[in-house]
Amino acid sequence: MSSQDIHWFKFASPQNFYRLAGRMWPLFATLAAILAAIGLWISFFVAPTDAQQGEGYRIIFVHVPASQMSMFIYLVMAGWAGFGLAFNTRLSGMMASALAPTGALFAFLSLVTGSLWGKPMWGAWWVWDARLTSELILLFLYLGFLALQSSIDDPRRADKACAVLALVGVVNVPIIYFSVKWWNTLHQGASMSLTKSPTMAAAMLWGMLIMVVAFWMYTIAVTLARVRNIILDRERHTEWVKHAVE
Amino acid sequence: MQWNSASEFFAMGGYALYVWGSFGLTAAVVLVETLLIRSQRQELLRSLRTEFLSERTSS
Repeated sequence: MSSQDIHWFKFASPQNFYRLAGRMWPLFATLAAILAAIGLWISFFVAPTDAQQGEGYRIIFVHVPASQMSMFIYLVMAGWAGFGLAFNTRLSGMMASALAPTGALFAFLSLVTGSLWGKPMWGAWWVWDARLTSELILLFLYLGFLALQSSIDDPRRADKACAVLALVGVVNVPIIYFSVKWWNTLHQGASMSLTKSPTMAAAMLWGMLIMVVAFWMYTIAVTLARVRNIILDRERHTEWVKHAVE
Repeated sequence: MQWNSASEFFAMGGYALYVWGSFGLTAAVVLVETLLIRSQRQELLRSLRTEFLSERTSS
């Protein structure tokens, strides 16, 4: 093994990752706070009133980031879970477990903020629309992941069972994403597109982009902080934890 | 800026419940999640320290 290989895998050990995560999470938390402050300022004071939806459209600045994160966290979680299944690395399962609660919270926020937006604009808190229904299934997948994990006592076995569940559930993510194209939905189409030029005012788009990045930084910060708890708990019988705690 | 007064800002053009409900709930979730992780860590450190302490005194 060359020295480069050793360097690359150094942080795959829970002990080293614990230290790295401890140094990294305050940085991401600070970035999240700064970006959220800027994003909120744009959301309320820079972005203009919408021609059709008045001030009600401002929900977009939390609804879109929460929805995007709920889907993206699932992909990252399934990625870690799949990596753990393939290479039997301990850290992978811990990372997947650290991501799941935050993903579930964002799926919940996506549904509730969507509901709060739907009521004044569509006249209904909920409709069995393809977008809404598939996002609800995403929340159930997260809850299933968390329930399955807490029902198996051996953490390594729990990781494997949860990894299979996470990988099977991945099929739902493209369904959510493309639901507005595949079916006639009440839900509007994509707010952000890489292929089409934006149709909304620049300030609205910038506010939304900054909020998305803020949510990203927040997710990384809480995931790193939570994985530290998981590492300490699962490695409690090792010498290094004894030294780290004292 | 599109607000002429603070009350106009808080009224959100008649959408106050929906807009403030969305932002407020998101802020609450963020707050609760971070506090939970912190209390989890403190609880864990406490239990680990007592565990190691009892090990040392018994051996």
